Amino acid sequence: MNFNLQAVLLGTALSVAASATAFAGELVINYDGSDPAPKKAFEMIIERFEAANPDIKVKWNIFDHEGYKTSVRNFLTADAPDVASWYAGNRMAPFVKAGLFEPVDDVWQANGLNEALASTASSMTIDGKKWGVPYTNYQWGIYYRKDIFAANGIAVPKTWAEFLAACATLKSTGVTPITIGTKYLWTAAGVFDYLNLRTNGYAVHNDLTAGKIKYTDPRIQKVFDHWEELVRPGYFIENHASMSWQEALAPMVQGKAAMYVMGNFAVAPLREAGLKEDQLDFFQFPLITAGIPMAEEAPTDTFHIPSKAKNKTDAKKFLAFLGSADIQTEANKILGQLPVNRNSQVSDDKFIQAGFKMLSNAAGLAQFYDRDAPAQMAKAGMEGFQEFMIKPDRRKAILKRLDKVQKKVYK
Amino acid sequence: MSAGSPNTTLSLRSRRLALAPWLFLTPAILMFVIYVIAPIFQSIWVSFYEWDGLGDKVWVGFANYIELVDDDRFYTSLKNNFIWLVLYMLAVPAGLFIALFLNQKVPGMRLYKSLFFFPFVISQVVVGLVFSWFYDPSNGIIALIFAIWDGSPPAILADERFVTYGIIAAGLWPQVAYCMILYLTGLNNVSPDQIEAGWLDGAKGWRMLWYVVLPQLRPATFIAVVVTVIGALRSFDLISIMTQGGPYGSSNVLAYYMFETALSEYGYRMGYGAAIAVVLFLIMMVYIMVFLRRMYVQEKEGG
Repeated sequence: MNFNLQAVLLGTALSVAASATAFAGELVINYDGSDPAPKKAFEMIIERFEAANPDIKVKWNIFDHEGYKTSVRNFLTADAPDVASWYAGNRMAPFVKAGLFEPVDDVWQANGLNEALASTASSMTIDGKKWGVPYTNYQWGIYYRKDIFAANGIAVPKTWAEFLAACATLKSTGVTPITIGTKYLWTAAGVFDYLNLRTNGYAVHNDLTAGKIKYTDPRIQKVFDHWEELVRPGYFIENHASMSWQEALAPMVQGKAAMYVMGNFAVAPLREAGLKEDQLDFFQFPLITAGIPMAEEAPTDTFHIPSKAKNKTDAKKFLAFLGSADIQTEANKILGQLPVNRNSQVSDDKFIQAGFKMLSNAAGLAQFYDRDAPAQMAKAGMEGFQEFMIKPDRRKAILKRLDKVQKKVYK
Repeated sequence: MSAGSPNTTLSLRSRRLALAPWLFLTPAILMFVIYVIAPIFQSIWVSFYEWDGLGDKVWVGFANYIELVDDDRFYTSLKNNFIWLVLYMLAVPAGLFIALFLNQKVPGMRLYKSLFFFPFVISQVVVGLVFSWFYDPSNGIIALIFAIWDGSPPAILADERFVTYGIIAAGLWPQVAYCMILYLTGLNNVSPDQIEAGWLDGAKGWRMLWYVVLPQLRPATFIAVVVTVIGALRSFDLISIMTQGGPYGSSNVLAYYMFETALSEYGYRMGYGAAIAVVLFLIMMVYIMVFLRRMYVQEKEGG
């Protein structure tokens, strides 16, 4: 246990705080994007910010993506930076509930962000207040091998029936219809989310992740009925539990699999692996229940002000800067993702264009199962999804177990 | 002091003699109390609370333990711990036989010994990685072996039936090496006269091993069993590297389950994690008690 350590850290943090008041113009930012593209985008943002605010000196720490998830808890309680990156939705709830984030409604209000960032406003709101500023998101959907589809005379499926037919055709020619790597679980949640969004719609997704609907509910049962239509005939790749999402890209590159339900970050490695523009394309997850408006997954990355920040004035300036249209345009060009600000420009990459069009018309934006549901529920749920994909016969037991967990989590 | 009577000098000296060991022991005792004893009680204390590591602790009494009784994942982990404990014991005889085999005077023996000892020297993380590559159903060595007969290889780390055994096999590799080293040092101390005497009395092969060599190796066997038990119970790194407890929690053990609930990305249930830790501690306590008792008895006999 680390409360002794925390007490020590807190002590040093307080003494640092006392001395730090002297340098009002210093802004400390902690950021979790250690990969080349996010790092470059972040450096660009800071450079622009310092140019626009010559009296502010930015000091930043870049963390490894996974390591950040652990460190964030320590530095928010002990040695808080002025700005910290995190995620929207329920992922920020523990910090909001513990009083570690500062509400920033005034930043939204003063800079017209309520209109410009309207699409993500709901996922930034907890208890009626906004707790951060989003700067990027990306679409999910089905990435597919255009050439394999063409060779088998398959058109882009728009409905569930067409989708199942496409899978059957692919399977009969010896191509695995869908590749996936569920070793780290969350990929299975992407499939579940889409089946749920298309079968029941956005409201049910939110109610389920908020614990208002049981997993044994007939509506959720229907989701699993559809999932079985993919699992039983073997439309998912074999041994998916032994692969990470990156490893599962290989069959698609080799032409052994034709589709992948994924986020847009899969495009870069697929291109690097040698897929040409006429081989790789994207389509929206097909319609399942007619009449249900199409909501999409669009996990949003955000920046927040810790409540223990020392320089909140400049931190708010930074958040406002980050919410502005042209900074989001520039940053997302480098990131290869989508700006959240509706007045931003999108790059002319075909996947970004397709994603932008899709998300602009979406009936709602879901964060992702493991960001919308509380952590403990998400973990149990995703394990259940993985187990179901391997042992569909256990469906009843799995859903019952999830109900049990749900009862404990949402008291 | 020179002016003092012999009486006071003596008492001063004896007082010093009594004080000196404590002086030397203090740093060690302090460290032990801060880093071992205190955390044990802290964990027990935390296990009665509901706490996410950030907000306020809420006293829940035995609720965490009651939840544990009703937790399928906990039973899976407990069962796997038991499998680990039983199969890990294979390291003891395996280590013994390799040690006997290597205990010969052949040119280049040192090289062979180091080859056998090698897995113990490399990090468990590396062992885990190497074995996951062996088991990889598309390119691993197991897949290649199956390909000879056109069979489709099992996905060992993705199949709930094989996964625990697959990880234990990886863990046995360095553990056998560890036991082997213990026995090799033990074999150095086996007295040649007793072997010779046994030889003259007609003991050979298995009988020689069982009645003459093994009794002399008892201290080595004892240590080998103890480190293997502890190694099996605290198995963590291999699971973290190879499966993270998956698929769907079927390769979890208590040590990893505790980490997962208390400290991983989807965890931060400090109280529940602490409750698992307490259960694991109690299981380990059985072995630790046996160990301590034996040490105590030996010390007493040894004078």
